[in-house]
Amino acid sequence: MSDLTVKLPGLNLKNPIMPASGCFGFGKEYAQLYDLSQLGAIMIKATTVETRFGNPTPRVAETASGMLNAIGLQNPGLEKVTEQELPWLEQYDVPIIANVAGTTTEDYVEVAKMISQSPNVHALEINISCPNVKQGGITFGTDPDVARELTRAVKEVSAVPVYIKLSPNVTNIVSIAKAVEEGGADGITMINTLLGMRMDTKTGRPIIANITGGLSGPAIKPVALRMVYEVSQHTKLPIIGMGGVTNVDDVIDFLSAGASAVAVGTANFVNPFVCPEIIGQLPERLHELGFDSVEQLVGRSHRL
Amino acid sequence: MIKQERMQVVKQQQIAHHIFELTVQGALANEMAEPGQFVHIRVADSFEPLLRRPISVASIDLEASQFTMIYRAEGRGTGLLAEKKLGDTIDVLGPLGHGFPIEAAEKKAYLIGGGIGVPPLYELAKQLNARGIQTVHILGFESKQAVFYEEKFRELGETHIATVDGSHGTQGFVTHILNELPTDFDTYYSCGPTPMLEAVQWAYPQKKGFLSYEQRMGCGIGACFACVCRTTKSETDYIKVCSDGPVFPAGVVIS
Repeated sequence: MSDLTVKLPGLNLKNPIMPASGCFGFGKEYAQLYDLSQLGAIMIKATTVETRFGNPTPRVAETASGMLNAIGLQNPGLEKVTEQELPWLEQYDVPIIANVAGTTTEDYVEVAKMISQSPNVHALEINISCPNVKQGGITFGTDPDVARELTRAVKEVSAVPVYIKLSPNVTNIVSIAKAVEEGGADGITMINTLLGMRMDTKTGRPIIANITGGLSGPAIKPVALRMVYEVSQHTKLPIIGMGGVTNVDDVIDFLSAGASAVAVGTANFVNPFVCPEIIGQLPERLHELGFDSVEQLVGRSHRL
Repeated sequence: MIKQERMQVVKQQQIAHHIFELTVQGALANEMAEPGQFVHIRVADSFEPLLRRPISVASIDLEASQFTMIYRAEGRGTGLLAEKKLGDTIDVLGPLGHGFPIEAAEKKAYLIGGGIGVPPLYELAKQLNARGIQTVHILGFESKQAVFYEEKFRELGETHIATVDGSHGTQGFVTHILNELPTDFDTYYSCGPTPMLEAVQWAYPQKKGFLSYEQRMGCGIGACFACVCRTTKSETDYIKVCSDGPVFPAGVVIS
């Protein structure tokens, strides 16, 4: 039997598969469909200090093998997440990675400090890469100096290891990765969505009310793989890879490129059982490829 | 309980201009509880098109483990759905959302539908009639070519048709018919374009009403926050059309 376990800062994962933040809410909806304890971890929806309503609708549009979204970090706010959502998730034997968002450094620090103290939160994912909010978010993720300082500030207050979620919407993603490593990050998650748009051909208007949205789904997998491959060669930080993962072979590809674990995003909308299905198929696929463990696969492309 | 199942196509036919009627069979049909719920269909096994399509349910046959959907084939996704043939299987997720509360009606109900909002009212009409509720159907379509299920509704009660171009029934919108009808009903149910729902709501501010909303969806089960609407309950509160709705009491959704 292949060994699916993965050890990362703060995270002893029974398998390397986790739903990506923003695609899984706080788990309640998918808990109607399967036992969440099967998952390696859950990256819960971004949490901000205050309740956020998010952007106007329409918020999603389909594109070729992908989708655009501009939800705008809608969430119930720090207080409700720590008092209601996280305690509810404690019934499952699954580590939680809390996604932290904000518009100022102080926001990030406040959310990180509080949420990292929740008993089932084992790591933070700092969202410096959301393309769908006008202030903050992505601006923290496109300037290496700003990213470094934010990482430092969050690290200082967090009770658990800190992973920084990188944006692909930059010229040089390696420089951002190096900056957050200097800032003391424990790991990297990548990639967030690619900024895009779609027009209504009849009217000439953008379909998404926010005009632009974040592109996700199978269409972005080549970009995500390339970035994981590049970044993993220039930093010692472990990487949780994501971007267009839909099946077990996509997981193999991300591990080969240098990711230590893999998050599944948009594919949950297409097949709500995709995460447990991949977990179920992973041992046999590893065996077919001649590997005994997930860890043997990590970064194999660099060793060839 | 929500299930995902490959359901078998037992009937597929075009019943009006661009309008198709599709019946599928499988255990999932036995989970159907309320008229107005919907299913989320994956139209292709490939990732093009990627997202599932929300389709409303027009009638349920629990004995045969079947249900029927009526949809407009206008885009790529519904176009592919229209190509499904007898014996093919379709990946269906459902039943989703909350439907029309049939127990709310007392004696007489108005069922007001527009275009592709008409289908869920048919199962509703059947279930209300089965409870001894008198139903009056006011249905709006673009033109005569787009009209469907007129006779089926007539079998269940008084039925009025409006067409925008006047090629069948009353010329104009359903509201033109509503203006001429008595207000001796206790409950109304409506499904159709949001401006129509608004107009119906304005027409009967004193009546008990239930409206089925449409919004672009991602997941269909409440996880992605794509289909949220503001609500009159509070300024920060919101509702999700897919999982809190699609049916809401009149006066709840700020559209």
